[in-house]
Amino acid sequence: MREKRQRAGFYFVLPWLIGLCVFTALPMLAAVYIGMTDWDIVGNASFVGFDNYIKLFQEEAFVRSLWVTIRYAVLAVPLIIATSLAIAVLVSRNNRGVGVFRVIYYMPAIVSGVAVAIVFKWILDPSYGLLNGVLSFFHIQGPDWLYDPAWVLPSYLIMAVWGAGGGLLTYLAALKDIPEDLYGAAMIDGANTFQKVRYITVPLMTPIIFYNLVLGIIGAFRKFTDAYVLGGAGKEGNFYMVYLYEEAFGHYRMGYATALAWVLFVIILLLTFVVNWTKKYWVYSE
Amino acid sequence: MSVEKVKKPGTHMGKVRLVLWYVVAIAGSLIMLLPFVWMISTSLKTENEIFTVPIRWLPTQFTIQNYIKALEVVPILKCMLNTVIIAVPKIIGEVFVSALVAFGFARFEFKGRNVMFMIMLATMMLPYEVTMIPTFMAWSTLGFADSYVPLVLPAFCGSASFIFFLRMYFETVPRDYEEAAWIDGASNMRVFRMVFLPLAKPALITICLWSFMGTWNDLLGQLIYIDSQEKYTIQLALASFSSMTGETLWGPLMAASFMALIPVLVLLLYAQKYFMEGVKMGGIKG
Repeated sequence: MREKRQRAGFYFVLPWLIGLCVFTALPMLAAVYIGMTDWDIVGNASFVGFDNYIKLFQEEAFVRSLWVTIRYAVLAVPLIIATSLAIAVLVSRNNRGVGVFRVIYYMPAIVSGVAVAIVFKWILDPSYGLLNGVLSFFHIQGPDWLYDPAWVLPSYLIMAVWGAGGGLLTYLAALKDIPEDLYGAAMIDGANTFQKVRYITVPLMTPIIFYNLVLGIIGAFRKFTDAYVLGGAGKEGNFYMVYLYEEAFGHYRMGYATALAWVLFVIILLLTFVVNWTKKYWVYSE
Repeated sequence: MSVEKVKKPGTHMGKVRLVLWYVVAIAGSLIMLLPFVWMISTSLKTENEIFTVPIRWLPTQFTIQNYIKALEVVPILKCMLNTVIIAVPKIIGEVFVSALVAFGFARFEFKGRNVMFMIMLATMMLPYEVTMIPTFMAWSTLGFADSYVPLVLPAFCGSASFIFFLRMYFETVPRDYEEAAWIDGASNMRVFRMVFLPLAKPALITICLWSFMGTWNDLLGQLIYIDSQEKYTIQLALASFSSMTGETLWGPLMAASFMALIPVLVLLLYAQKYFMEGVKMGGIKG
Protein backbone atom coordinates (compact mmCIF):
# COMPACT_ATOMS: atom_id res chain seq x y z
CA MET A 1 0.00 0.00 0.00
CA ARG A 2 2.68 2.44 1.08
CA GLU A 3 4.89 1.40 -1.81
CA LYS A 4 2.09 1.91 -4.27
CA ARG A 5 1.46 5.34 -2.88
CA GLN A 6 5.11 6.28 -3.31
CA ARG A 7 5.06 5.17 -6.91
CA ALA A 8 2.24 7.60 -7.62
CA GLY A 9 4.86 10.34 -7.42
CA PHE A 10 6.00 9.35 -10.87
CA TYR A 11 2.66 10.41 -12.33
CA PHE A 12 2.98 13.80 -10.68
CA VAL A 13 6.34 14.46 -12.34
CA LEU A 14 5.20 13.00 -15.66
CA PRO A 15 4.25 16.35 -17.28
CA TRP A 16 7.75 17.62 -16.66
CA LEU A 17 9.25 14.39 -18.02
CA ILE A 18 7.22 14.76 -21.20
CA GLY A 19 8.38 18.34 -21.50
CA LEU A 20 11.97 17.24 -21.02
CA CYS A 21 11.69 14.81 -23.93
CA VAL A 22 9.65 16.98 -26.29
CA PHE A 23 10.99 20.46 -25.62
CA THR A 24 14.57 19.77 -24.51
CA ALA A 25 15.99 16.36 -25.43
CA LEU A 26 14.55 16.04 -28.94
CA PRO A 27 15.39 19.63 -29.98
CA MET A 28 18.91 19.16 -28.64
CA LEU A 29 19.40 16.04 -30.71
CA ALA A 30 17.97 17.88 -33.71
CA ALA A 31 20.31 20.77 -33.00
CA VAL A 32 23.33 18.48 -33.20
CA TYR A 33 22.24 17.53 -36.72
CA ILE A 34 21.07 20.97 -37.89
CA GLY A 35 24.38 22.45 -36.75
CA MET A 36 26.06 20.18 -39.31
CA THR A 37 23.88 21.20 -42.24
CA ASP A 38 23.61 24.28 -44.41
CA TRP A 39 19.84 24.58 -43.87
CA ASP A 40 18.41 27.94 -44.95
CA ILE A 41 14.67 27.10 -44.54
CA VAL A 42 13.79 27.33 -48.25
CA GLY A 43 16.21 24.90 -49.82
CA ASN A 44 17.06 21.37 -48.87
CA ALA A 45 19.57 20.84 -46.16
CA SER A 46 22.74 19.06 -47.02
CA PHE A 47 25.13 17.59 -44.53
CA VAL A 48 28.32 19.60 -44.26
CA GLY A 49 29.93 18.06 -41.18
CA PHE A 50 31.89 20.52 -39.10
CA ASP A 51 32.00 23.15 -41.86
CA ASN A 52 29.82 25.60 -39.93
CA TYR A 53 32.13 25.40 -36.94
CA ILE A 54 35.20 26.02 -39.10
CA LYS A 55 33.51 28.80 -41.07
CA LEU A 56 32.45 30.52 -37.89
CA PHE A 57 35.94 31.37 -36.71
CA GLN A 58 36.77 32.81 -40.10
CA GLU A 59 33.83 35.19 -40.07
CA GLU A 60 34.78 38.62 -38.90
CA ALA A 61 31.27 39.35 -37.60
CA PHE A 62 31.40 36.32 -35.32
CA VAL A 63 34.79 37.16 -33.86
CA ARG A 64 33.71 40.73 -33.36
CA SER A 65 30.43 39.92 -31.63
CA LEU A 66 32.21 37.43 -29.39
CA TRP A 67 34.79 40.07 -28.53
CA VAL A 68 32.07 42.64 -27.76
CA THR A 69 30.34 40.16 -25.48
CA ILE A 70 33.51 39.06 -23.68
CA ARG A 71 34.56 42.63 -22.98
CA TYR A 72 31.12 43.43 -21.66
CA ALA A 73 31.08 40.33 -19.45
CA VAL A 74 34.54 40.97 -18.01
CA LEU A 75 33.67 44.53 -17.03
CA ALA A 76 29.95 44.33 -16.28
CA VAL A 77 29.84 41.23 -14.09
CA PRO A 78 32.23 42.52 -11.37
CA LEU A 79 30.67 45.99 -11.58
CA ILE A 80 27.18 44.57 -11.09
CA ILE A 81 28.27 42.34 -8.21
CA ALA A 82 30.04 45.18 -6.41
CA THR A 83 27.10 47.53 -6.91
CA SER A 84 24.45 45.01 -5.81
CA LEU A 85 26.50 44.15 -2.75
CA ALA A 86 26.95 47.81 -1.82
CA ILE A 87 23.22 48.45 -2.24
CA ALA A 88 22.37 45.34 -0.20
CA VAL A 89 24.63 46.50 2.64
CA LEU A 90 23.02 49.93 2.47
CA VAL A 91 19.44 48.68 2.68
CA SER A 92 20.19 45.90 5.17
CA ARG A 93 19.86 48.43 7.99
CA ASN A 94 16.44 48.61 9.49
CA ASN A 95 16.11 52.36 9.51
CA ARG A 96 12.75 54.00 9.04
CA GLY A 97 11.66 53.94 5.42
CA VAL A 98 14.12 51.26 4.37
CA GLY A 99 11.30 49.28 2.75
CA VAL A 100 10.72 52.06 0.24
CA PHE A 101 14.41 52.19 -0.64
CA ARG A 102 14.49 48.42 -1.09
CA VAL A 103 11.63 48.51 -3.58
CA ILE A 104 13.21 51.38 -5.51
CA TYR A 105 16.61 49.69 -5.82
CA TYR A 106 15.03 46.35 -6.62
CA MET A 107 12.82 47.81 -9.36
CA PRO A 108 15.02 46.93 -12.38
CA ALA A 109 14.40 43.22 -11.68
CA ILE A 110 10.75 43.76 -12.57
CA VAL A 111 10.65 46.91 -14.65
CA SER A 112 12.71 45.92 -17.66
CA GLY A 113 12.37 44.98 -21.29
CA VAL A 114 12.15 47.14 -24.38
CA ALA A 115 10.60 50.18 -22.66
CA VAL A 116 13.53 50.66 -20.29
CA ALA A 117 16.04 50.13 -23.10
CA ILE A 118 14.28 52.81 -25.16
CA VAL A 119 14.37 55.24 -22.23
CA PHE A 120 18.11 54.67 -21.88
CA LYS A 121 18.63 55.24 -25.57
CA TRP A 122 16.98 58.65 -25.13
CA ILE A 123 18.94 59.41 -21.95
CA LEU A 124 22.16 58.66 -23.84
CA ASP A 125 21.23 60.85 -26.81
CA PRO A 126 24.37 62.92 -27.53
CA SER A 127 22.64 66.25 -28.19
CA TYR A 128 19.43 66.31 -26.20
CA GLY A 129 19.79 63.40 -23.77
CA LEU A 130 19.62 63.67 -20.01
CA LEU A 131 23.14 62.43 -19.33
CA ASN A 132 24.99 64.90 -21.53
CA GLY A 133 22.55 67.59 -20.41
CA VAL A 134 23.54 67.01 -16.80
CA LEU A 135 27.24 66.82 -17.72
CA SER A 136 26.99 70.19 -19.46
CA PHE A 137 25.86 71.75 -16.15
CA PHE A 138 29.36 70.88 -14.95
CA HIS A 139 30.83 72.23 -18.19
CA ILE A 140 31.70 68.75 -19.37
CA GLN A 141 31.23 67.99 -23.03
CA GLY A 142 29.77 64.48 -22.94
CA PRO A 143 30.75 61.89 -25.54
CA ASP A 144 28.49 60.61 -28.32
CA TRP A 145 27.78 57.44 -26.35
CA LEU A 146 26.05 54.91 -28.63
CA TYR A 147 27.09 56.87 -31.72
CA ASP A 148 30.80 56.64 -30.98
CA PRO A 149 32.25 53.10 -31.20
CA ALA A 150 34.64 53.82 -28.33
CA TRP A 151 31.77 54.79 -26.02
CA VAL A 152 29.29 52.01 -26.82
CA LEU A 153 30.64 49.66 -24.15
CA PRO A 154 30.60 52.33 -21.42
CA SER A 155 26.97 53.06 -22.40
CA TYR A 156 26.04 49.45 -21.75
CA LEU A 157 27.96 49.48 -18.47
CA ILE A 158 25.98 52.50 -17.28
CA MET A 159 22.77 50.60 -17.94
CA ALA A 160 24.13 47.51 -16.21
CA VAL A 161 25.04 49.45 -13.08
CA TRP A 162 21.64 51.11 -13.01
CA GLY A 163 20.03 47.68 -13.09
CA ALA A 164 22.36 46.14 -10.48
CA GLY A 165 19.83 46.50 -7.66
CA GLY A 166 17.74 43.85 -9.37
CA GLY A 167 20.06 41.24 -7.87
CA LEU A 168 19.67 42.68 -4.40
CA LEU A 169 17.55 40.02 -2.72
CA THR A 170 20.02 37.14 -2.63
CA TYR A 171 22.67 39.37 -1.04
CA LEU A 172 20.18 40.78 1.42
CA ALA A 173 19.11 37.31 2.52
CA ALA A 174 22.75 36.28 2.96
CA LEU A 175 23.59 39.43 4.93
CA LYS A 176 20.78 38.67 7.34
CA ASP A 177 22.28 35.24 7.97
CA ILE A 178 25.57 36.63 9.27
CA PRO A 179 25.48 36.20 13.06
CA GLU A 180 25.44 39.48 14.94
CA ASP A 181 27.89 38.10 17.52
CA LEU A 182 30.73 38.08 15.03
CA TYR A 183 30.58 41.85 14.73
CA GLY A 184 30.25 42.21 18.48
CA ALA A 185 33.31 40.05 19.04
CA ALA A 186 35.25 41.98 16.40
CA MET A 187 34.30 45.26 18.05
CA ILE A 188 35.58 44.05 21.42
CA ASP A 189 38.84 43.14 19.71
CA GLY A 190 39.00 46.73 18.46
CA ALA A 191 38.31 46.09 14.78
CA ASN A 192 37.32 49.14 12.73
CA THR A 193 34.57 49.21 10.12
CA PHE A 194 36.93 48.40 7.27
CA GLN A 195 38.37 45.41 9.11
CA LYS A 196 34.89 44.14 9.93
CA VAL A 197 33.92 44.26 6.28
CA ARG A 198 37.22 42.78 5.12
CA TYR A 199 37.37 39.90 7.58
CA ILE A 200 33.73 39.14 8.36
CA THR A 201 31.25 40.41 5.77
CA VAL A 202 33.15 39.68 2.57
CA PRO A 203 34.30 36.15 3.51
CA LEU A 204 30.83 35.18 4.68
CA MET A 205 29.30 36.62 1.52
CA THR A 206 31.57 34.70 -0.86
CA PRO A 207 29.13 31.79 -1.38
CA ILE A 208 26.43 34.17 -2.57
CA ILE A 209 28.94 36.19 -4.61
CA PHE A 210 29.94 32.94 -6.26
CA TYR A 211 26.32 32.11 -7.06
CA ASN A 212 25.79 35.55 -8.59
CA LEU A 213 29.08 35.36 -10.47
CA VAL A 214 27.96 32.21 -12.27
CA LEU A 215 24.53 33.62 -13.05
CA GLY A 216 26.06 36.98 -14.03
CA ILE A 217 28.42 35.43 -16.57
CA ILE A 218 25.60 33.40 -18.12
CA GLY A 219 23.40 36.51 -18.21
CA ALA A 220 26.11 38.60 -19.87
CA PHE A 221 26.65 36.06 -22.62
CA ARG A 222 22.93 35.79 -23.25
CA LYS A 223 22.26 39.53 -23.31
CA PHE A 224 19.71 40.27 -25.99
CA THR A 225 16.87 42.73 -25.38
CA ASP A 226 18.93 45.83 -24.53
CA ALA A 227 21.39 45.16 -27.30
CA TYR A 228 18.62 44.54 -29.84
CA VAL A 229 17.01 47.89 -29.02
CA LEU A 230 20.10 50.04 -28.41
CA GLY A 231 22.50 48.75 -31.04
CA GLY A 232 25.64 50.84 -31.16
CA ALA A 233 28.00 52.46 -33.65
CA GLY A 234 30.64 50.38 -35.43
CA LYS A 235 28.82 47.13 -34.58
CA GLU A 236 30.06 47.55 -31.01
CA GLY A 237 26.57 46.77 -29.76
CA ASN A 238 26.34 43.57 -31.77
CA PHE A 239 26.26 41.17 -28.83
CA TYR A 240 26.54 37.43 -29.42
CA MET A 241 22.82 36.75 -29.11
CA VAL A 242 21.92 39.60 -31.43
CA TYR A 243 24.32 38.21 -34.00
CA LEU A 244 22.84 34.73 -33.55
CA TYR A 245 19.31 36.07 -33.90
CA GLU A 246 20.17 38.01 -37.07
CA GLU A 247 21.83 35.01 -38.65
CA ALA A 248 18.92 32.71 -37.84
CA PHE A 249 15.88 34.89 -38.37
CA GLY A 250 17.30 37.70 -40.52
CA HIS A 251 19.39 35.69 -42.97
CA TYR A 252 17.78 32.30 -42.32
CA ARG A 253 21.13 30.60 -41.94
CA MET A 254 19.67 28.02 -39.58
CA GLY A 255 22.55 25.56 -39.74
CA TYR A 256 25.14 28.24 -39.11
CA ALA A 257 23.09 29.85 -36.32
CA THR A 258 22.64 26.49 -34.61
CA ALA A 259 26.40 26.05 -34.67
CA LEU A 260 26.62 29.49 -33.07
CA ALA A 261 24.23 28.35 -30.34
CA TRP A 262 26.39 25.30 -29.60
CA VAL A 263 29.50 27.43 -29.40
CA LEU A 264 27.70 29.69 -26.93
CA PHE A 265 26.65 26.64 -24.95
CA VAL A 266 30.22 25.35 -24.78
CA ILE A 267 31.57 28.78 -23.80
CA ILE A 268 29.06 29.06 -20.95
CA LEU A 269 29.78 25.49 -19.85
CA LEU A 270 33.55 26.03 -19.85
CA LEU A 271 33.31 29.30 -17.96
CA THR A 272 31.06 27.70 -15.37
CA PHE A 273 33.60 24.91 -14.88
CA VAL A 274 36.48 27.36 -14.61
CA VAL A 275 34.66 29.51 -12.07
CA ASN A 276 33.67 26.39 -10.17
CA TRP A 277 37.29 25.28 -10.12
CA THR A 278 38.40 28.58 -8.56
CA LYS A 279 35.79 28.10 -5.86
CA LYS A 280 38.14 26.35 -3.47
CA TYR A 281 40.54 29.29 -3.49
CA TRP A 282 38.16 32.03 -2.48
CA VAL A 283 34.71 30.81 -1.52
CA TYR A 284 34.18 30.37 2.20
CA SER A 285 32.62 27.10 3.28
CA GLU A 286 31.62 25.99 6.71
CA MET B 1 29.43 54.57 2.48
CA SER B 2 28.80 53.32 5.97
CA VAL B 3 29.27 49.60 5.86
CA GLU B 4 28.14 47.83 8.96
CA LYS B 5 25.88 44.93 9.40
CA VAL B 6 22.23 44.15 9.68
CA LYS B 7 21.10 45.53 12.96
CA LYS B 8 17.98 44.68 14.81
CA PRO B 9 15.31 47.37 14.78
CA GLY B 10 15.89 49.86 17.53
CA THR B 11 19.67 49.69 17.41
CA HIS B 12 20.74 53.21 16.72
CA MET B 13 23.54 54.22 14.48
CA GLY B 14 24.46 57.54 15.93
CA LYS B 15 23.02 60.72 14.54
CA VAL B 16 25.72 61.70 12.07
CA ARG B 17 25.86 58.26 10.55
CA LEU B 18 22.09 58.06 10.35
CA VAL B 19 21.94 61.34 8.44
CA LEU B 20 24.72 60.12 6.18
CA TRP B 21 22.80 56.89 5.58
CA TYR B 22 19.74 58.82 4.47
CA VAL B 23 21.79 61.08 2.21
CA VAL B 24 23.31 58.06 0.43
CA ALA B 25 20.04 56.10 0.27
CA ILE B 26 18.08 59.05 -1.11
CA ALA B 27 20.78 60.04 -3.60
CA GLY B 28 20.88 56.48 -4.91
CA SER B 29 17.09 56.32 -5.13
CA LEU B 30 17.00 59.54 -7.13
CA ILE B 31 19.43 58.04 -9.64
CA MET B 32 17.19 54.98 -9.85
CA LEU B 33 14.07 57.06 -10.44
CA LEU B 34 15.62 59.61 -12.77
CA PRO B 35 15.07 57.62 -15.98
CA PHE B 36 11.36 57.38 -15.19
CA VAL B 37 11.08 61.07 -14.36
CA TRP B 38 12.86 61.89 -17.61
CA MET B 39 10.61 59.52 -19.54
CA ILE B 40 7.39 61.02 -18.16
CA SER B 41 8.68 64.58 -18.46
CA THR B 42 9.66 64.05 -22.10
CA SER B 43 6.31 62.44 -22.87
CA LEU B 44 4.51 65.60 -21.74
CA LYS B 45 6.71 68.07 -23.62
CA THR B 46 6.14 69.72 -26.97
CA GLU B 47 8.58 68.87 -29.73
CA ASN B 48 10.31 72.22 -29.27
CA GLU B 49 10.96 71.61 -25.64
CA ILE B 50 12.16 68.07 -26.16
CA PHE B 51 14.97 69.38 -28.35
CA THR B 52 16.21 72.17 -26.12
CA VAL B 53 19.72 72.92 -24.94
CA PRO B 54 20.26 73.14 -22.02
CA ILE B 55 17.80 70.43 -21.03
CA ARG B 56 14.61 71.31 -19.18
CA TRP B 57 13.65 69.05 -16.31
CA LEU B 58 9.94 69.76 -16.58
CA PRO B 59 7.78 70.89 -19.48
CA THR B 60 6.68 74.54 -19.34
CA GLN B 61 3.62 73.79 -21.42
CA PHE B 62 2.10 70.40 -20.88
CA THR B 63 0.77 68.49 -23.86
CA ILE B 64 -0.84 65.11 -24.34
CA GLN B 65 -0.16 65.20 -28.07
CA ASN B 66 2.60 62.59 -27.68
CA TYR B 67 0.13 60.12 -26.20
CA ILE B 68 -2.36 60.69 -28.99
CA LYS B 69 0.38 60.24 -31.58
CA ALA B 70 1.70 57.10 -29.86
CA LEU B 71 -1.74 55.51 -29.90
CA GLU B 72 -2.07 56.40 -33.59
CA VAL B 73 1.19 54.69 -34.48
CA VAL B 74 0.51 51.43 -32.63
CA PRO B 75 -2.67 50.22 -30.90
CA ILE B 76 -0.91 50.00 -27.56
CA LEU B 77 -3.91 48.79 -25.58
CA LYS B 78 -4.57 46.02 -28.06
CA CYS B 79 -0.94 44.96 -27.94
CA MET B 80 -1.08 44.86 -24.14
CA LEU B 81 -4.21 42.75 -24.40
CA ASN B 82 -2.35 40.39 -26.75
CA THR B 83 0.36 39.98 -24.14
CA VAL B 84 -2.30 39.22 -21.55
CA ILE B 85 -3.86 36.66 -23.90
CA ILE B 86 -0.52 34.86 -23.94
CA ALA B 87 0.19 35.40 -20.25
CA VAL B 88 -3.04 34.11 -18.70
CA PRO B 89 -3.07 30.52 -20.01
CA LYS B 90 0.70 30.43 -19.64
CA ILE B 91 0.52 31.36 -15.96
CA ILE B 92 -2.24 28.84 -15.29
CA GLY B 93 -0.30 26.04 -16.95
CA GLU B 94 3.09 26.96 -15.61
CA VAL B 95 2.02 27.45 -12.01
CA PHE B 96 -0.38 24.53 -11.71
CA VAL B 97 1.83 21.99 -13.44
CA SER B 98 4.97 23.19 -11.66
CA ALA B 99 3.16 22.72 -8.36
CA LEU B 100 2.08 19.20 -9.34
CA VAL B 101 5.61 18.22 -10.31
CA ALA B 102 7.13 19.85 -7.24
CA PHE B 103 4.67 17.90 -5.09
CA GLY B 104 5.78 14.70 -6.81
CA PHE B 105 9.46 15.46 -6.22
CA ALA B 106 8.97 16.63 -2.65
CA ARG B 107 6.62 14.06 -1.15
CA PHE B 108 7.13 10.71 -2.92
CA GLU B 109 9.99 8.27 -3.15
CA PHE B 110 9.63 6.66 -6.55
CA LYS B 111 12.27 5.02 -8.66
CA GLY B 112 14.61 7.42 -10.41
CA ARG B 113 13.41 10.44 -8.48
CA ASN B 114 16.86 11.73 -7.55
CA VAL B 115 18.29 11.21 -11.02
CA MET B 116 15.34 13.03 -12.56
CA PHE B 117 15.72 15.87 -10.13
CA MET B 118 19.41 16.23 -10.98
CA ILE B 119 18.54 16.30 -14.68
CA MET B 120 16.00 19.00 -13.99
CA LEU B 121 18.60 21.11 -12.20
CA ALA B 122 20.94 20.64 -15.14
CA THR B 123 18.30 21.88 -17.59
CA MET B 124 18.13 25.13 -15.62
CA MET B 125 21.69 25.81 -16.74
CA LEU B 126 21.01 24.84 -20.33
CA PRO B 127 20.76 27.84 -22.58
CA TYR B 128 17.43 28.15 -24.33
CA GLU B 129 19.37 29.20 -27.43
CA VAL B 130 20.43 25.66 -28.33
CA THR B 131 16.88 24.33 -28.52
CA MET B 132 15.47 27.58 -29.93
CA ILE B 133 16.03 26.94 -33.64
CA PRO B 134 14.96 23.26 -33.81
CA THR B 135 11.89 24.08 -31.72
CA PHE B 136 11.02 26.96 -34.02
CA MET B 137 11.37 24.71 -37.07
CA ALA B 138 9.17 22.05 -35.50
CA TRP B 139 6.41 24.54 -34.71
CA SER B 140 6.61 25.98 -38.23
CA THR B 141 6.36 22.54 -39.76
CA LEU B 142 3.30 21.83 -37.65
CA GLY B 143 1.73 25.05 -38.94
CA PHE B 144 1.97 27.03 -35.72
CA ALA B 145 4.23 29.80 -36.98
CA ASP B 146 2.82 33.26 -36.29
CA SER B 147 0.63 32.02 -33.45
CA TYR B 148 0.69 32.14 -29.66
CA VAL B 149 0.64 28.35 -29.29
CA PRO B 150 4.46 27.90 -29.22
CA LEU B 151 4.69 30.58 -26.55
CA VAL B 152 1.98 29.05 -24.35
CA LEU B 153 1.96 25.27 -24.73
CA PRO B 154 5.42 24.44 -23.31
CA ALA B 155 4.32 26.11 -20.06
CA PHE B 156 2.01 23.14 -19.47
CA CYS B 157 5.08 20.98 -18.84
CA GLY B 158 6.08 23.15 -15.91
CA SER B 159 9.14 25.32 -15.46
CA ALA B 160 12.32 23.95 -13.88
CA SER B 161 13.04 26.99 -11.72
CA PHE B 162 9.45 27.15 -10.43
CA ILE B 163 9.48 23.42 -9.66
CA PHE B 164 12.76 23.84 -7.82
CA PHE B 165 11.38 26.75 -5.84
CA LEU B 166 8.09 25.05 -4.93
CA ARG B 167 9.74 21.76 -4.02
CA MET B 168 11.77 23.56 -1.35
CA TYR B 169 8.55 25.06 -0.08
CA PHE B 170 6.67 21.74 -0.01
CA GLU B 171 9.51 19.98 1.77
CA THR B 172 9.08 22.17 4.83
CA VAL B 173 5.52 20.88 5.34
CA PRO B 174 5.45 18.37 8.24
CA ARG B 175 4.77 14.74 7.25
CA ASP B 176 1.83 14.49 9.66
CA TYR B 177 -0.26 16.70 7.42
CA GLU B 178 -0.55 14.22 4.58
CA GLU B 179 -0.33 11.11 6.80
CA ALA B 180 -3.49 12.26 8.55
CA ALA B 181 -5.23 12.90 5.24
CA TRP B 182 -4.18 9.50 3.88
CA ILE B 183 -5.47 7.69 6.95
CA ASP B 184 -8.79 9.41 6.28
CA GLY B 185 -8.66 7.79 2.85
CA ALA B 186 -7.94 10.91 0.82
CA SER B 187 -6.40 10.43 -2.62
CA ASN B 188 -3.03 11.93 -3.54
CA MET B 189 -4.70 14.47 -5.74
CA ARG B 190 -6.99 15.44 -2.90
CA VAL B 191 -4.05 15.85 -0.51
CA PHE B 192 -2.36 18.01 -3.10
CA ARG B 193 -5.43 20.16 -3.63
CA MET B 194 -6.68 20.43 -0.08
CA VAL B 195 -3.42 20.50 1.88
CA PHE B 196 -0.46 21.55 -0.25
CA LEU B 197 -1.91 24.10 -2.63
CA PRO B 198 -3.50 26.16 0.17
CA LEU B 199 -0.32 26.00 2.26
CA ALA B 200 1.79 27.18 -0.66
CA LYS B 201 -0.44 30.10 -1.51
CA PRO B 202 2.16 32.86 -0.95
CA ALA B 203 4.70 30.92 -3.00
CA LEU B 204 2.15 30.36 -5.75
CA ILE B 205 1.34 34.06 -5.90
CA THR B 206 5.04 34.87 -6.17
CA ILE B 207 5.37 32.42 -9.05
CA CYS B 208 2.30 33.80 -10.80
CA LEU B 209 3.88 37.24 -10.67
CA TRP B 210 7.22 35.99 -11.99
CA SER B 211 5.52 34.10 -14.76
CA PHE B 212 3.55 37.17 -15.75
CA MET B 213 6.61 39.43 -15.70
CA GLY B 214 8.52 36.89 -17.74
CA THR B 215 5.88 37.05 -20.46
CA TRP B 216 5.41 40.80 -20.26
CA ASN B 217 9.14 41.52 -20.64
CA ASP B 218 10.06 38.74 -23.06
CA LEU B 219 11.25 39.98 -26.43
CA LEU B 220 13.24 37.17 -28.06
CA GLY B 221 10.53 34.50 -27.95
CA GLN B 222 7.82 36.82 -29.23
CA LEU B 223 10.12 38.20 -31.89
CA ILE B 224 10.76 34.72 -33.23
CA TYR B 225 7.22 33.43 -33.27
CA ILE B 226 4.98 36.39 -34.04
CA ASP B 227 4.99 38.01 -37.47
CA SER B 228 1.70 39.74 -38.20
CA GLN B 229 1.13 43.15 -36.71
CA GLU B 230 -2.34 42.46 -35.38
CA LYS B 231 -0.79 39.80 -33.15
CA TYR B 232 1.96 42.08 -31.84
CA THR B 233 2.57 42.09 -28.11
CA ILE B 234 3.53 45.18 -26.18
CA GLN B 235 7.25 44.40 -26.41
CA LEU B 236 7.03 43.93 -30.18
CA ALA B 237 5.02 47.12 -30.52
CA LEU B 238 7.67 49.11 -28.70
CA ALA B 239 10.55 47.42 -30.51
CA SER B 240 9.04 48.20 -33.91
CA PHE B 241 7.78 51.69 -33.01
CA SER B 242 10.59 53.64 -34.65
CA SER B 243 10.48 51.62 -37.84
CA MET B 244 6.75 52.30 -38.08
CA THR B 245 7.18 56.05 -37.81
CA GLY B 246 10.24 55.98 -40.06
CA GLU B 247 12.18 58.19 -37.67
CA THR B 248 12.73 58.27 -33.94
CA LEU B 249 10.00 60.44 -32.41
CA TRP B 250 11.16 60.73 -28.82
CA GLY B 251 7.97 62.31 -27.48
CA PRO B 252 5.55 59.62 -28.66
CA LEU B 253 8.15 56.94 -27.95
CA MET B 254 8.40 58.02 -24.31
CA ALA B 255 4.61 58.17 -24.09
CA ALA B 256 4.38 54.62 -25.45
CA SER B 257 7.12 53.36 -23.11
CA PHE B 258 5.40 54.92 -20.13
CA MET B 259 2.08 53.35 -21.04
CA ALA B 260 3.81 49.97 -21.38
CA LEU B 261 5.34 50.34 -17.93
CA ILE B 262 2.19 51.43 -16.09
CA PRO B 263 0.81 47.90 -15.51
CA VAL B 264 4.22 46.74 -14.30
CA LEU B 265 4.66 49.70 -11.96
CA VAL B 266 1.17 49.24 -10.56
CA LEU B 267 1.83 45.54 -10.02
CA LEU B 268 5.14 46.29 -8.29
CA LEU B 269 3.51 48.76 -5.90
CA TYR B 270 0.51 46.55 -5.24
CA ALA B 271 2.31 43.22 -4.87
CA GLN B 272 5.76 44.34 -3.72
CA LYS B 273 5.49 42.06 -0.69
CA TYR B 274 5.32 38.98 -2.91
CA PHE B 275 8.08 40.15 -5.21
CA MET B 276 10.36 40.96 -2.30
CA GLU B 277 9.54 37.81 -0.31
CA GLY B 278 10.14 35.58 -3.30
CA VAL B 279 13.83 34.86 -3.05
CA LYS B 280 14.05 35.22 0.71
CA MET B 281 11.37 32.64 1.20
CA GLY B 282 13.12 30.25 -1.12
CA GLY B 283 16.27 30.91 0.85
CA ILE B 284 18.43 30.45 -2.22
CA LYS B 285 21.90 30.22 -0.78
CA GLY B 286 25.24 29.63 -2.41
